[in-house]
This record gives sequence, C-alpha cells and structure tokens, in this order.
Amino acid sequence: MKNNRTDGSLKGWLYLLPALLFLGAFLVYPLIDVVIYSFEEGYNSASQTRFGIGFYNYSYVLHDPYFLQAVKNTFLLVIITVPLSTVIALLISVGLNSIKFLRELFRTIYFLPYVTNTLAVGLVFMILFKKTAYSDGFINLIIRWFGGTAVDFIDGPYWAKMFVLCFYTIWVVMPFKILILTSALAGVNPDYYQAAKVDGTSRFRTFMRITLPMISPMIFYLVVTGFIGAFKAYSDVVALFGTNLNAAGMNTIVGYVYDMLYGDSGGYPSYASSSAILLFVIVLTITCVNLLAGKKNVYYS
Amino acid sequence: MKVVLRNLTKKYPGRGRKNAEGVTAVDHFTFEIPDGKLIALLGPSGCGKSSTLNLISGLQKPTEGKIFFGEEDVTDIPAENRGIGLVFQNYALYPHLTVKQNILFPLQNLKGKDRLSKEEMLRKAYEAARLVQIEELMDRKPRELSGGQQQRAAIARALVKRPRVLLLDEPLSNLDARLRLQTREEIRRIQRETGITTVFVTHDQEEAMSISDMIVVMDAGVVQQAGRPQEVYDDPRNLFVAKFLGTPPINVFSGRIKEDKLYIGEEAVLDIREIGDIEGNVVFGKQDEKSPDLGEIGAAREVWAGIRPEGFILKEDGPFSCRLKGVEVMGRDISVVSEHDASENPQVRSIIGTENRVDTSKPLVRFELRPQKVFLFDKETGERIYFRE
Repeated sequence: MKNNRTDGSLKGWLYLLPALLFLGAFLVYPLIDVVIYSFEEGYNSASQTRFGIGFYNYSYVLHDPYFLQAVKNTFLLVIITVPLSTVIALLISVGLNSIKFLRELFRTIYFLPYVTNTLAVGLVFMILFKKTAYSDGFINLIIRWFGGTAVDFIDGPYWAKMFVLCFYTIWVVMPFKILILTSALAGVNPDYYQAAKVDGTSRFRTFMRITLPMISPMIFYLVVTGFIGAFKAYSDVVALFGTNLNAAGMNTIVGYVYDMLYGDSGGYPSYASSSAILLFVIVLTITCVNLLAGKKNVYYS
Repeated sequence: MKVVLRNLTKKYPGRGRKNAEGVTAVDHFTFEIPDGKLIALLGPSGCGKSSTLNLISGLQKPTEGKIFFGEEDVTDIPAENRGIGLVFQNYALYPHLTVKQNILFPLQNLKGKDRLSKEEMLRKAYEAARLVQIEELMDRKPRELSGGQQQRAAIARALVKRPRVLLLDEPLSNLDARLRLQTREEIRRIQRETGITTVFVTHDQEEAMSISDMIVVMDAGVVQQAGRPQEVYDDPRNLFVAKFLGTPPINVFSGRIKEDKLYIGEEAVLDIREIGDIEGNVVFGKQDEKSPDLGEIGAAREVWAGIRPEGFILKEDGPFSCRLKGVEVMGRDISVVSEHDASENPQVRSIIGTENRVDTSKPLVRFELRPQKVFLFDKETGERIYFRE
C-alpha cells in the first residue's frame, strides 16, 4: 500500500513536469534573475562582470528624470483611464441593457474596437489627431470650425498628448468592459427588479442599492485588471508617439524598462531590472489596496 | 379589502410564424375575492394562475377587463401604488442585504409625508419580523437562512407596509416536504392574524385545499370552478376539476347509462337514481340550467363515470368487478390496485378500511359503489351531469 502511494505521487509529479519545466525556465528563473540583476552594480552582460552588490541601481533609477517622468505619465494614465473607462462602460452597458430596439446592432458596434486591427486603429487616430503636411487632423478641423485654435496633439503640449493617450486607452479597453458588464447586468435575476418595483423603489435607488451590489464582483474584477493593464501600458504609447518616447516626454514605466535594455541609450540590464522591480512593487501595492477595498464593498453570491 | 376581477383577460402577442396568434393566458376571469380571506388559485402549469396573480399585482397589464380593490378601480394603477405585498416564488430577497435591511427596504422607499422616522421604520420592521417569528435572524444575510426562514423573511418584507392585498406566488414549491406542511400552517396563521386578503398560487391541490378558505380551479385560462375546498371536492362541476382534486386521483371509467342504470363494461354497477348531491338527497329527473342537455331520461347515452378512491366498498357479491393487481397496506387504510378495461387510467385505485381483508389469491375483486362518490360527466364536453327530481 505504501509503495502504491509513492507511485501515485510520482505519477502526479510526472504529469506536472512539462508545465513546471516551462514555468520554471521562462517565468520563475527570469523572475529571480531580475531580482538579482537589480542588485548587481555595474553588471556587464558581455563580460558577465560586476562591481558589487547594493542599492545603487535603484538610487540611479529613482534619480533619473526620465524615470520620474515615466512614473508620472503612468500614474496619470492609470488614475484618469481606470475610473473613467469603468464608469463610461457601466453607463453604456446599462443603456444597452435597457433598450430593446437595435440592441444587438449597438452591442456589435461597441464591441468593434476589440476585434479591430491595432494598425487600423492607429491609422484612425492619426487621421483624428495627427498634423500632416496637408491637414491638421480631424479634431483640429472641428476645433477650428468652432473658432478655436489648432492644437498639435502628437508633438504639442503635454496635456494634449496626455489627452490623446487617455482617449485612446479608454477607447481601447471599453469593449471588453462593456462585454463583461452587459453580461453581468443580464445575469441579475429580474425578480429583484420586480420586487423593487412592487415596493415602489425609484430607478436611481434600484440602480444604487440593487444593480450595483449585484454586479460589484464584475466591476471589481474590471478595476483590478484595469489598474494592472494600465500600469503595463507601452505598445499603445509607441503606436501614438513613436519609439523615442523619452524625447516626447510620454514614456511609461514599461517603456523605460524597454529603453534601458534595447533603446538607443540602452544596454543597462541592471537599471532595467530595478525599474521593473519598482513597477512590480507599485502594482503589488495598488492591487493589495484594491483587494482590501474590495473585501468591504464587493458582494459575492 | 375585497378584490373584484371582472372579465379579466390577458393575451400574449404571438411570436414567429409558428405561434402567430399568441396565447390567451387568462380568459374572461370574473371572480370576487371576499375581504380577509385566504384564496388559492389552483391549476396545472400553464393554466394562467400566475398570470392572474401578476395582473392583480399590477406587474402585468390586462388586455381587457377590470380589477377593483374594494370600490376602487386599480386597473390602470401601477404596482407600486396598489398597496400590495408580493412574495415571489424564489423569495427574491436581496442577497447582499441583511434580513433587517430587506424588511426595511420598502419603508425606505417612502417619500415626502409618508416618510417615517428611523425609529418608526425599525419598529415596523421588528413588528413584521415578530409576526413571522424571525426577530432573532434580523442581522443575517438571506443565504444564511433555511428555505423556510427565507420564506418568512420574504413575507415580512411584503407585510411591512401593511398591504391591502397579499399575493404569494407558489409559496411552498421551493421547500422540502416537512417544511411545506409547517409553512403552510404558518401562512394560514399569519393570514388569520393580520386579516389581510391573501391570494396564493399553487399547482398542489393538497396544499390549496388544506389551508384556503376558497379555491379557484383554473385550466387554460378559464375558471373551472370556485368555492370552499370541500364543496369543490364533493361536487366537481366538470371532469377536469374532478380529476385535478384528490389524492389518489379519481378513477375515470368510460360508461353508459341505460334504463336508469350505470353500466361500466357489461356490468350494471349502480342505479343512477341513487346518485345524490352533496346533501345525500337522491336527485333525479329534471336538468338544472347549468347542466347540458341530458336527453331523454332512460335513453342510453355514453358518459364518463368518475369514482373517488374512497367510493369503493369491498363486497363479495358486489356488482362491479376489477382484475386484482395488488394490495398496498398504508397503515391507516388499504389501497387496492386493480385493472379494468373501461378505465381511462392504467390502474384503478381504491381505498378501503383496514378492517377489510382482500383475498389476493382470486383474480377478480368485487366492489359496491358509494353513490355520492360517483360523478357522471358528459362524454363530449366533460360537463357534470346532474339529475334533479
């Protein structure tokens, strides 16, 4: 019998082996490596040499104005887009849920950004915002039409660039949130609404006291993943402002990590590692705060 | 508050090609629910009983007809202004709120001059909770309650605003058998204590008969019969009602009336002069205005003969013989299972007292029939055939 049990657990490990091997080689090992790199001072990947171990890399990164700019950009992006996109998605979902006429059509339209090619989206945003030799972009056309002065959204003032980035991010994350929220809303038992109606509950109160708590797990999920996703923003920024993000002043933390490794000023795995670890700590802290807040305010059936 | 339904009709529009005509869920329902009574709407699924309840509640609008609460026409008044309490089949307690918050919820909706102070609300909530005996569960969430306790909480929530009419949709169907017995007594008690006119919907005839002052049997959107439970049981107006009420169900035979005798198969089982009304009077002869054309008395005609299981008397030289299949001793009584070629059901089930001994070695079992437990119905319409002198 005892033999049998060891056999069984051996078999179990055997089944787990492929996954463990891959996870170990491509996830756990690099993770540990990144932590080690981040403390190795003056590491040179070509000669595999280093000067010593300590916090110099962190101190360098934290004093690098480009990194501080990236942190500021990332935080602004997160703070603006996560709540805004969630609230707008919620409003649209409630609207979609309460109309009957052409509901499917609208659902499809709102879902289109999710299935549209990134390049096509980039092109559309270029038409909307980019100044070219022969046009100032569609938005500027409208601004002019209302008598305003044109703004260069891509190479112009910081707030204009930030606006474009936030606009783009919200627009891109919206379909998924709407998808999740409409299905969450549809999952609420209509009996609750009937009960509320019989009791003479106003629509606003019904929404605040019944609908919101009922779909709170999904909202919570969207907020948590939204935070994490926004902190990892990079490719969208490149699509909008090109690869030289530091020059444009629009770099993000992930962009900074990438630049430190492969950018024109790159070749510093130690700085890249310590900034990556800093990002990790930030995301971990925010997620923990989220989870704590969620424990109080989210109802799970 | 008495509730009057006049010509109440609900049609659902057709959908698609298959069902273009739509469905008439409730068909010219006219009935008066007396003040302070407990009424059961009873019928098989799809008979329109839930639609009727929804019409009374105001959650659905009738296609035709009127609803009155007392003298007030409430047909066009929305549900929230009718002063009703509604208990849903699945209770619909808000799962994220405690029992107390659930019961307070309707009170917190009141605005303007109707708005109560916090203390007053709490007092009313506890009053309702005390009535259904869940005061000690007020701080729990619904999922921490048993089915029966959830049911009580839902009733408390429906009662807290002192509704004019209390409506319960299949109140017992989500409970297990033991709780069901207990809860139906509870509903009866709560109704008696509050005196609120109460309508409940059920498909379980036993449940309806046991606690209600009146039952309304429905089929295909039409009221088949309404009255005190025992009256309806003893005097069914048509074959549907006779079949729907009673456990075990009534035995239905294809029969014939010839020369004042009821024939089932080749046997003359009963003299129809003996078939009486509920008072046991022998009635025979003139038809009353309710019953269909009976034709000449004495002329042969085909009928359905419904015989209640308790209408059989075991008798060695009885006129009615069935092929014996088995005997089930239930303790309180004996259930004789047999077969008959003229029977509509595969089995004929009769209930006799335990003092009887059934000889299971014989292939046939013979019965005499209790005349007042035998009902005759028209073969085509299923309407009851009454005989009056």
